[in-house]
Amino acid sequence: MTDARVAGVGLTHFGSHPDRTGRDLFATAALRAFEDAGVPREDVEELNYGNFMGALAEHQGHQAPLMAEAAGVNCPSTRYEEACASAGVAVREAVRTVRAGDADVALAGGMERMTNLPTDEVTEGLAIAADDLFEVRAGVTFPGAYALMATAYFDAYGGTREDLAHVAAKNHANAVPNEYAQYRKEVSVEEALEAPPVAEPLHLYDACPITDGASALVIVSEEYAAENDVDAPVAVAGTGQGTDRMALADRERLARTPAADDAADAAYADAGVGPDDVDVAEVHDCFTIAEVLALESLGFFDPGEGIAAAREGVTTADGDLPVNLSGGLKAKGHPVGATGGSQIAELTRLLRGDHPNSEHVADAEVGVAHNAGGTVASAVVHVLEVAE
Amino acid sequence: MSAPASNGGYDEWLDALADGEGYALVCPDGHGSLPPRRVCPECGAAALSEGPLAETGTVETYSVVHVAGPRFADDTPYVNAIVDFGPIRLTGVLRGVEPATEAVAVGDRVAVGVEERATDGEPLVVFRPATEE
Repeated sequence: MTDARVAGVGLTHFGSHPDRTGRDLFATAALRAFEDAGVPREDVEELNYGNFMGALAEHQGHQAPLMAEAAGVNCPSTRYEEACASAGVAVREAVRTVRAGDADVALAGGMERMTNLPTDEVTEGLAIAADDLFEVRAGVTFPGAYALMATAYFDAYGGTREDLAHVAAKNHANAVPNEYAQYRKEVSVEEALEAPPVAEPLHLYDACPITDGASALVIVSEEYAAENDVDAPVAVAGTGQGTDRMALADRERLARTPAADDAADAAYADAGVGPDDVDVAEVHDCFTIAEVLALESLGFFDPGEGIAAAREGVTTADGDLPVNLSGGLKAKGHPVGATGGSQIAELTRLLRGDHPNSEHVADAEVGVAHNAGGTVASAVVHVLEVAE
Repeated sequence: MSAPASNGGYDEWLDALADGEGYALVCPDGHGSLPPRRVCPECGAAALSEGPLAETGTVETYSVVHVAGPRFADDTPYVNAIVDFGPIRLTGVLRGVEPATEAVAVGDRVAVGVEERATDGEPLVVFRPATEE
């Protein structure tokens, strides 16, 4: 089995681009990834592309061939849909394909267009990541589902809205220097606490924004990089995926995310590392409580302990384990089908030393990306390592 | 317009719940699930039977929803809750309490039935505080 390397990464600005088509967004990200990689696009042998709600947002199904065209590649192309983990699974398939020797070069990533829809339609669109019969018809919204998890967490382990506000404040502070981020402004704990409620106990600053954007990665085999003199110092050393019961009500425990536990266990075993080896992480903080659950599933904290991590400064930029130095979904933005690829792009730059927040993790060698779908019925974890 | 789509298994279950005859599917090992099912999602057993739901259940978690999609636009604010009925949990809207976090608590006892969504009159799984005996 060959090693999979990240040869290049490309992102669009994450934010409100209601006039830009999905094909234009993905083309931009792919163009930047090819520029960063120095790999000719004719060498791409496979496109793995993530998208969640394109059929609703753009009345566009069958997006993979369209995106291959937009990126200027001609190869087998497949769209992956696993709600907010769509790009995570797309990247995972690219890594597995390259490792298996089925392709030397794969283009992976994703795109989501959201701000062209009115807010209530986006709310409805996001809700379809939940069980339509027993959740959506019963009043579950996307923020509402995570609010149910937050109440369950507070009941099981303790914790307060103020603890969650520290997660929001941390991630907003991290986004300030990130040129790709949607909200490059600090938010204080007090501002987060006083924001209007969305689904209590979650308020406006507990929630990620509605975002347009795309991500693209050029994944190559170690041999291809060596033979073609491609600078690709970061390896995808581990990949793992987990699945849980679809509806939150059907889970054994409402304040835990075992699909992410499984994905993390598999990714760590694949990479031959453990949580103690990790220097930096990008986790799926679609809501502040989701970051807490991610930290516990990744093994950084015992269940019930992750809630204090931001408040105590463990996961802040100058803490022992910086989490979401990109700003996270929370402040960088969450174009659903692009997010999993964006996390790996950010982590790659953090490890290479060319991210505006790299100074906080100057000696980092191991990074973890955690991407979740729905209320974590799907989870994908990747371990990145500095290989040279 | 074509006739509204139906969801075999679910529609019958909702009708039964509305008639006060709610049920769960139960496998020989006692795992509960909701229809339609061909196999038990926990163990794969194909022999599923209908078992009656308890009269009341316990609130396991809840939220107060202020922002909803178009189908719930006129229902906000509302309390969304997950309620434990033994072999299964149900998700629904808790009515008969103020839509405020301090008006509800994990552990509250509630009854379940079917009422109409305020927005469009469609059927909705609704919990109400269990009356004291």
